[in-house]
Amino acid sequence: MGLTASSVGRNTADAVLRLKRGDRLLALAGNPNVGKSTLFNRLTGLRQHTGNWPGKTVGSAYGSFPLSGRRVVLADTPGAYSLAARSAEEALTRDFVCFGGAEAVLVVCDALCPERSLILALQILELTGSVLICMNLTDEAEKKGVFTDFEALSLCLGAPVLGLSARSGAGVEALLHALELPLSGAPRPLPLPETAEAALRPLTALLETRGLPLPERWLALRLLEGEPGMLQALREHLGLDPETDEALRAALRAARAALEENGLSPEALGDLCAAAAVREAEALCRKTVRRRDASPGVEKLDRVLTHTVGGLLAMTALLAVCLWLTVTGANLPSALLSRGLTALGALLGRGLDTLGAPPFLRGALLDGVYTTVAWVTAVMLPPMAIFFPLFTLLEDAGFLPRLAFDLDGAFEKSGACGKQALTMCMGLGCNAAGVVGCRIIDSPREKLLAILTNGLMPCNGRFPAMIALISLFFSGGGLLSGAAAALGLTLLILLGAAATFLSNRLLTATLLRGETSAFTLELPPYRAPQLGKVLLRSVLDRTLFVLSRAVTVAAPAGLALWLLANLAPGGVSLLARLAAFLEPAGRLLGLSGMILLAFLLGLPANEIVLPIVLMGCVSGSALAAPGELGTLRALLLGSGWTAKTALCFLLFSLLHWPCSTTLLTVKKETGSWGYTLLAAALPTAWGAALCLLVNAVWTLFG
Amino acid sequence: MEIMTLFALPAGRRAAVARLDTAGALRRRLLDIGLTPGAEVTALFRGRGGITACRIRGAVIALRRADADTVLVSLSPGKEAADGWV
Repeated sequence: MGLTASSVGRNTADAVLRLKRGDRLLALAGNPNVGKSTLFNRLTGLRQHTGNWPGKTVGSAYGSFPLSGRRVVLADTPGAYSLAARSAEEALTRDFVCFGGAEAVLVVCDALCPERSLILALQILELTGSVLICMNLTDEAEKKGVFTDFEALSLCLGAPVLGLSARSGAGVEALLHALELPLSGAPRPLPLPETAEAALRPLTALLETRGLPLPERWLALRLLEGEPGMLQALREHLGLDPETDEALRAALRAARAALEENGLSPEALGDLCAAAAVREAEALCRKTVRRRDASPGVEKLDRVLTHTVGGLLAMTALLAVCLWLTVTGANLPSALLSRGLTALGALLGRGLDTLGAPPFLRGALLDGVYTTVAWVTAVMLPPMAIFFPLFTLLEDAGFLPRLAFDLDGAFEKSGACGKQALTMCMGLGCNAAGVVGCRIIDSPREKLLAILTNGLMPCNGRFPAMIALISLFFSGGGLLSGAAAALGLTLLILLGAAATFLSNRLLTATLLRGETSAFTLELPPYRAPQLGKVLLRSVLDRTLFVLSRAVTVAAPAGLALWLLANLAPGGVSLLARLAAFLEPAGRLLGLSGMILLAFLLGLPANEIVLPIVLMGCVSGSALAAPGELGTLRALLLGSGWTAKTALCFLLFSLLHWPCSTTLLTVKKETGSWGYTLLAAALPTAWGAALCLLVNAVWTLFG
Repeated sequence: MEIMTLFALPAGRRAAVARLDTAGALRRRLLDIGLTPGAEVTALFRGRGGITACRIRGAVIALRRADADTVLVSLSPGKEAADGWV
């Protein structure tokens, strides 16, 4: 999850999983934070993208790799602690593992927490014998003195157990070798007390006459537990419906009665099943795992990062540093790109002239399409290509759960969940990704809160414009302007966070009433992020993403804009007419009609808002030297911009409707146009209110 | 043997789970992360608002106060590990 390439990269378009003849389908399952994604990436390389598995839309990724002449399709599933799903994500894992039709399941376990991570493996082993257990993070386990006897464990389980370290690649060869032949093993039921087993037998016998693809005892237990989600899944995928099936209903009733006689309600049965897996995992680990340190202490870094005050300060400082690196790191590439693209533009111009292109065409292509694309590339690409990878590093290292920990108290008070901190961070990269990321929140109400407020976090697409304006109007240039820009951006982000908390409160009190829910937050050990490989892939992926957006969104937008600026029926350009129409509203907000129009036209992608503003300034003629701050300043001041305008622009840029991709994602995730509208209206209301206020105060006292 | 809620467990102290005073989805979740009767749990540190981080079966998991309050643990007099190998 998170800002991985697969969740926001260029391949995020949903694709249908199409299995060709001869393909093998494997499922990848495991607890959250065990390094499943790392293993997935290692096995499938770049041949992966987010996609659907047969029959459902899912956020899981699938990828493929060749093995012994056949294509192995590996389907990743969301991390789950147990097959008794509690969240929508875990339900996906459960459904795919149980009913997805995979040939085998690769269960990734944590060599540092074998006891806990084996629970899911044991549950899956109850279901199918075709399981291969990958004990990941063996390198870390060794360092921390946790040693597991894989062979003994494998013998006990009746399934192969391989140790590996997905980060370094150790053990992956052995894994591939083990996968060459189909896995053969029998399901391994977890025994329950005899009273429960006796009650099960008649029901199991009945199911055995049905010729079902899953172990009958397992099905009997699930039917008796009576969990609604599971019952529905059984109905959908196996046609097992006690409502319509007389014989089944009778057998179920009898079994329930037998259990009640022994004081076992359906819930108590569920407890027993859960306890059976836990106890078995415990017993197995007692036999096969040795620990050097009886109880490892608290990680040193955690003492700082979870300190009540110090923790948040440290996190804010970390954010500011990332932003500073983004700002300063982007300077040189931006300048180079700017120079290069300007030169290229001149070349193209000459080319068009040589071809004898009419001025209209030349203008449309060069001043419209090319300039906008050049602008987006030169100004927007470098910061985005730097921030994303930096952020991925932080994610990899394990800082984000600490942030959720620190902020949970505040979130709880505002009616939400600490995990919203994580989705907000994802929103910093891309709001659409942040919205998808809200799937990690179990409670539907809190999930909705996080989705609706995600737009209050400024996404990467808005950073460059914000950085440019802060540098131009509020930092006085010079050596410290990078630091000032970073600081200003940090402040804006904090403002967005404040707006989020207030919005949570507001929504909880009005539309989205409800209780705060229970949730568990795992704090995985800090890991040195894999520089090199991760950085490279992230930079590459980001670059391609921005470039493709530049072509698909900025180019047409540039053309449309140029047309609006140059088609002038009645002597006044359409652009000017629209801007004039919006002028009163713009002025109220401390902006101008043109700026407001730019925001409106920037709906497809936030990156194009500033280029549109600039285009408006030069009224559609040539935009020289994209990215040169000096030219920018001259242009804006010449169009009547003041510091107030810049401030209102910054505030509105922070707080206005999310881009169309995000809105469509909201619709997809919530299934409701009403909520989508709210997702657009909420930030806009904030932005309008703040701009009105600032404008009023500034005008009064300025 | 002293019984207290997980929230009240002082930071750094080890205890064993006595029982879970909750039902339904929360109970299932607590069982799934390893808080079964008899399981060893160590309180580590607390955050603002009462969120408590504990070591449970080798992992560090944080629970909100309301949830930690449903887990009853019994403090056994400090059992030190023998010679390092457990």
